Amino acid sequence: MTDKLLTVSPSPHVHSEFSTERIMYDVAIALIPAFLVSIVFFGVGAIKVTLVAIVCCILFEYLIQKFVLKVPVTVCDGSAIVSGILLAFNVPSSIPVWMLAIGAFVTIAVAKMSFGGLGKNPFNPALVGRVFLLICFPVHMTSWPVPRLWDFSFTDAVTGATALGKLKEGVMMGHAVPELMQKIPGYMDLFIGQINGCIGEISVLALVLGAAYLLIRKVITLYIPMSYIFTVFIFTGILWLVNDQRFADPLFHILSGGLMLGAWFMATDMVTSPMSKYGMIIFGVGCGVLTVFIRLFGAYPEGVSFAILIMNATVPLINKMFRPKRFGGR
Amino acid sequence: MPSLKTFSRGGVHPPECKISAKMNIEVLHVPQKVSIPISQHLGAPSTPLVKRGDMVKVGTPVAKTSGFISANIHSSVSGKVANIAEVVDTSGYPRKAVVIDVDGDEWEESIDRGSDLKKDISLSRDEIVQKVLESGVVGLGGATFPTHVKLMVPQGKKAEILIINGVECEPYLTSDHRLMLERGEELMVGIHIIMIALESDKAIIGIEANKPDAIKYLTGLAKDYPGVSVQTLKVKYPQGGEKQLIKAITGREVPNKGGLPIDVGTVVHNVGTVLAIYEAVQKNRPLVERVVTITGKSVKKPGNYMVRIGTPVQDLVEAAGGIPENSGKIISGGPMMGKTLTNLDVPVVKGTSGILIIPLDESKRKVEGNCIRCGKCVSVCPLGVEPHLLYALSKRGDWERAEKEDVMNCCECGSCQYTCPAHLPLLDYLRVGKAEVGKQIRARHNKK
Repeated sequence: MTDKLLTVSPSPHVHSEFSTERIMYDVAIALIPAFLVSIVFFGVGAIKVTLVAIVCCILFEYLIQKFVLKVPVTVCDGSAIVSGILLAFNVPSSIPVWMLAIGAFVTIAVAKMSFGGLGKNPFNPALVGRVFLLICFPVHMTSWPVPRLWDFSFTDAVTGATALGKLKEGVMMGHAVPELMQKIPGYMDLFIGQINGCIGEISVLALVLGAAYLLIRKVITLYIPMSYIFTVFIFTGILWLVNDQRFADPLFHILSGGLMLGAWFMATDMVTSPMSKYGMIIFGVGCGVLTVFIRLFGAYPEGVSFAILIMNATVPLINKMFRPKRFGGR
Repeated sequence: MPSLKTFSRGGVHPPECKISAKMNIEVLHVPQKVSIPISQHLGAPSTPLVKRGDMVKVGTPVAKTSGFISANIHSSVSGKVANIAEVVDTSGYPRKAVVIDVDGDEWEESIDRGSDLKKDISLSRDEIVQKVLESGVVGLGGATFPTHVKLMVPQGKKAEILIINGVECEPYLTSDHRLMLERGEELMVGIHIIMIALESDKAIIGIEANKPDAIKYLTGLAKDYPGVSVQTLKVKYPQGGEKQLIKAITGREVPNKGGLPIDVGTVVHNVGTVLAIYEAVQKNRPLVERVVTITGKSVKKPGNYMVRIGTPVQDLVEAAGGIPENSGKIISGGPMMGKTLTNLDVPVVKGTSGILIIPLDESKRKVEGNCIRCGKCVSVCPLGVEPHLLYALSKRGDWERAEKEDVMNCCECGSCQYTCPAHLPLLDYLRVGKAEVGKQIRARHNKK
C-alpha cells in the first residue's frame, strides 16, 4: 500500500484541450496577418496604436480587478489582449494616444468590468470603446491616413476618406455610383488592403487567412460570418440590380469597410453572440441587414459596429427562441 | 465511403488511450480474502443467506434477491465466511458485504467448468429467464441492472431488435473489446439465447470503428448465426449509453421521462452480460467473475484480467506492477464516468469494468473561470439539455426551475464538463440538481 495521498474527485476525470485561454490566444494569433498588413501600409503608427491599446486594456483590467473589485486578477486569460487588439484594429492609425487610452478605458471599465468581467458583458467591449470614440471624437476617428507602402517615417501621414466614405459623400451630393467608383480603389486593392481605413480592417486577404485558422482550431463556426456576409451580398445585390446608379455592387460592399473584420472576429465573439446554430444564423442575417441599412440609408458611411452592437442586444432573446430539442421529446 | 452510423445529437471524442487493447485476458490468481457486497446491482440490496463460520464453495449462493429488481449473489471463492461486515465499496461509502477467507478453490458440482462450446440451446423461454435470475446476472456494462428483468418483454410490447453493446466508448477500457475477440463463439450462442427469451429474430452488435479486429471477427462468426449482424459505428462518446446506442443503430429515440428501450422495440445488452448469460444457461455457472481492465499511462503492465468478484483492487494493481510513482488518482471505470477510489481494499464488483490509474499532472482540475457563453456544453449534450443553465440554476438553488428545464434528463456522461473551456464543474452541479429535484419528486409522490 502506498502512503501517498491520492486525489478523490467526481467524474469526468479528463478534460479536452479546449480552454478560455486557448480561445483568446488563438484569436490573437489569427489577427497577426491583419496586423502585419497594417504595418506594411501604415508603418509605425499601426504598431504604436496596437501596442498602446493592448497595454491600456491589460492595465485597466488589472487595476480594476486588483483595487476596485478586489478579485483574483485574470489578465492572463488573454481576453484583455484580444479586446485591446480589436479596439486598435477599429481605429485609424493616426489616432492620438490619449484618445486611444480613453477608448481602452471605456472598453474595459465600462463595457466589460462593470458587468462583472469576462463572459458577463452583453455588448462587444471593443466595439463599445470604438463607438464611444467615434461619437466623442468624430474628426479624429474619421481621418484615415493614406496607405504608404513600407514607409516607417514618423512624419504625419496624408489623410483621406475611406472608400465607403467617398461613396456616401458622393451619393449625397447627387453623383452617380459608376462615376464615383472611378475615384475609389479597385477590388484588388480592397482585397489586399492598400486602402484608407482602420488599422485592422483593410486587408480582406489577411482577415480571411486568420479566420481560416480560427475555423481549423474550431474557435469559430461558419454560421455567423457566412450568414452575415451572404446577407450583405444579397441585400446590396438586389438594390444594385434595382438601381445601379444609386447603389454600389455587392462585391464592393463585401470587400470594403469593416465587414470582414466584423463578421469573422467581432460578431463571432462567443460572449455576445447566440449559442445555437439557428440563433447564430438569425444573428448574422440581422447584422447583415442592419449594416446595409446604415451604410446605404443612414448617416454614417459604415455600419458594421452599430449593427453588431444592436444585434448583441438581441442575443438573450435569440437564445430563448432557439432552445435545444430534448432527446426523446419534451 | 458512406459516413458511419452514430447518434445525431451531441457527443465528444476524447483521446482513446486504449493501451491494453492488445493484451489477452489473463486469469488473476484467486485472492486470499474476498469481500462480496450484497448490493452490487441497481435495485434492492440482496438478503444474506450465510453467516459467520459457514463453509462455501465457488458458486454457493451467499445472498438472494429481495425483490423484482434485485439479484442473487454467489460466492466467488471456496472457504469460510469470516464476517458479514461493512466494507467501503466503489461508492466510497461502507456497505454490507460477505467477507470470505479463501481456502483452496472448490467449485459447486453443478457447474460445468469445461471450456467446450455448447451450441444447442435446450431451455425454454421461461427456463432461460429463471436460469439467468438464479445465476445473479446483471448488466456488466456498468449500470448493473438485473438482467432477468430485461429478458421479460412486458405484455403488448415486442422486442423487434436485440442490440448488443460492444461499443466501449469510454477511453482506456478494453475489457469488452478483448471479450469480443477471445470469446466470440460463446457470445454468438449467448445472443441466440437472448433472442429466444425475447422472441426476437434480429440482433445487431454495435461496435465502434476503433476496434476493426473485433468487427471483422464477429462479422465472420455472425454468418453462421441467422439474424445476427454487426454494425460499425463512428467513434463518439457516449455511444455506449443505451439511449445513444439505440439512436445510432435504429434511429429511434427512447421517449423521455421514464421511457424504456422496449418502448421503441429494442432491448440492449452489453457483451459482458451476454457472456454471463451464456455461462449461466449453458454451463450452469453463476456470475462469480468478470473481465477487468487495469490500465493507465504510466502503469507498468497494463492488461485485462478475469477477476473473481470480491477481489480487492490491490491484488489487481499488484498484478499490473503496482502503483506508479507519479500517480495522482485511481478510478474504477473509465475517465469519463468512473468513480475515484478512496482506498485499494475496495472489492471488484459485478459492475467494475476497469481500474484506471491517472498520473498526478492529469489528476487535478484546473481553476474554473467565468462562463463565456460559448454554448459548447449545449452542443455536446447528447440529451439536449442546457448544462450551463442547469449549472446556474443549481448553484442558486432554484430547484423548481431546474426541474422544468429537465435536469433529470441528464445521464451524467460528463461531455459538458469535459468540453467546457472555462473548466466549470458543470456535472458536479447537475448532480446536485438531480439529487435535490429527485428528492422533491419522490416527496410529491409519497404525499399522493
